[in-house]
Amino acid sequence: MSGHERSRHASSRPEPGQPVTRNTDANHELSIRVRDLNLWYGQSQALKNVNIDIYQKNVTALIGPSGCGKSTFLRCLNRMNDLIPNVRVEGLVEMDGRDVNAPKMDEVALRRRVGMVFQKPNPFPKSIYDNVVYAPRMHDLVSRKAEQDELVEKALRDAGLWEEVKDKLQEPGTSLSGGQQQRLCIARAIAVQPDVILMDEPTSALDPISTATIEDLMDKLKQQFTIITVTHNMQQAARVADYTAFFHLGEIIEYNDTKTMFANPAVKKTEDYITGRYG
Amino acid sequence: MSQSFDDISAQLKRRHRQSTHLKWVSMGALGLAGLFLVLFFADMLVKGLPAFQQAQIQVQVDYSEQARQLPLAALNEEVRPLVSRGYLRLIPRRIQENPQLLGTTRMEWVLADSQVDQYLKGHHSKLKPGEQSVVERLQAQGRAELKFNTTFFTNGDSKMPELAGIASAAMGTLLTLVVTLAIAFPIGVMTAVYLEEFAADNRLTQAIEININNLAAIPSILFGLLGLAIFINFFGVPRSSPLVGGLTLALMTLPVIIIATRTALRSVPESIRHAAFGVGCSRWQVVRDHVLPLALPGIMTGSIIGMAQAMGETAPLIIVGMVAFIPDVTNSFTEAATVLPAQIFTWAGEPDRAFVEKTSGGILVLLAVLITLNATAVVLRKKFERRW
Repeated sequence: MSGHERSRHASSRPEPGQPVTRNTDANHELSIRVRDLNLWYGQSQALKNVNIDIYQKNVTALIGPSGCGKSTFLRCLNRMNDLIPNVRVEGLVEMDGRDVNAPKMDEVALRRRVGMVFQKPNPFPKSIYDNVVYAPRMHDLVSRKAEQDELVEKALRDAGLWEEVKDKLQEPGTSLSGGQQQRLCIARAIAVQPDVILMDEPTSALDPISTATIEDLMDKLKQQFTIITVTHNMQQAARVADYTAFFHLGEIIEYNDTKTMFANPAVKKTEDYITGRYG
Repeated sequence: MSQSFDDISAQLKRRHRQSTHLKWVSMGALGLAGLFLVLFFADMLVKGLPAFQQAQIQVQVDYSEQARQLPLAALNEEVRPLVSRGYLRLIPRRIQENPQLLGTTRMEWVLADSQVDQYLKGHHSKLKPGEQSVVERLQAQGRAELKFNTTFFTNGDSKMPELAGIASAAMGTLLTLVVTLAIAFPIGVMTAVYLEEFAADNRLTQAIEININNLAAIPSILFGLLGLAIFINFFGVPRSSPLVGGLTLALMTLPVIIIATRTALRSVPESIRHAAFGVGCSRWQVVRDHVLPLALPGIMTGSIIGMAQAMGETAPLIIVGMVAFIPDVTNSFTEAATVLPAQIFTWAGEPDRAFVEKTSGGILVLLAVLITLNATAVVLRKKFERRW
């Protein structure tokens, strides 16, 4: 890519946080707007002036070398960083017109709308059925047994797990294989019908076949949910994501629709990373 | 030039020899510990098992009008010194309760005096030669025997060894432990939950943690002094009662339960908490629904072991007056009582030779209860341990 093109991209940027080019087939309704987000762990700054617009019902991938702040950023979106002592957050994370970090915002309400799937599958030490039904019951979304059964079946179907577990719903969730456990965690997350699902390297502990299953699943789930996924695997980002953001040392170096980003990275650093020159 | 296998083996010989030595030393230490344990148990069993048997003799009891006034008259002069005074004392009352006994004469198995008991067991006895020959004659006729000692399990303490039992001490221990458990368990568990799951990690909580660890290492007699000063002198809780004993032991058991609970909570994987927070649990829901159920086996094990410790504790109870002579089995939390180890302590100080076996017998009972408690801890842990 020539320097001329790069400057053209830079000047066409209307506001920070938006991708330079827009994936024209994708949905463009805003889900989460992040402006000037800074985060410190004690003295060390982990996120620097992060600006990003996340669009609804898309898969947005966050890529970057280890320690670049992509997981930290992900945890800002449902305030999981609150659990870590000595974390200071400044800046705006806006969802549905509300500042997520405002004192009036209840993090429990936020996490009800922003679900999360973790790196290592972590089903509750309960039955498969209880894993799925626990959160909806807690949030009073269902009460009658028939409703619960229906919801469990729907969530497990959406997570592509129903056929495999329908005969053993009362068995412990941890008796499943790693890939099945991760899909159970996805079922658990979508059971409360959130708007956004955060996935923190959801396939890094899985074998290639389970990984492919989860990737297909993400593709299906984006019909209903906004998915933000952190991944170390560039091919995965290229396969599943509509938008990709490249993080480096706590900053977003480049944010664009995935096709453009991988075919035509605007910044040299991005190109070096995605072609495997470092990272 | 690299070393050949032979060169290396030559060097290794010394290292192998060292590890063999170390292995033998460790096994020796283990063997020694095992030997002491076996010796201890053997000694206790040899000394204590006779306590579960007590001599009884068959005598002719004459329920005469005279016996009502003077119980000794009911017996033949020859066997009078051989029968427990505790039995004789009851004759007038038995006649009063069963008037038809009056005027009858019966052959009855009655509790023998402790000297007869000791004589039959082959211990030193203060029986006079004449009395000894009577006992031997009765024994030859099958009228003097060692029988299972129910008195030991149904009676309270007594100055007469043949009537002394551990029932009042066992009841006292039970009541005391009920108080201890009811206080130490909820307070201990909630304290640990707060410190581990809710409190911020700052200077204050660190100071509290250090102090709790120190409390666990404090000599237990100091808790007795604290109990005396606060519960008895300040709050006016009745002295010697299971209530004050339980409260004092609760102070002592609290740090044990807190530490055990914190360890159990810490062993719950962080990923479970994250999963729970991730689906929108409040902090309390995370603890109640996910962390506590997983930590429960550890909490129960720690608590049972803490209770077992409290049960074997004597020193603080001496200070709050629970080493008392309690002949009656009480079932009140506020009346004077004694506990098993205190009863053993009391018996150990008795000059009468017959109390030696009572002491060992009491220790056997205490050991049996302790082993049962610890076994319960293991079983509970196995049962509630989730393997998923």
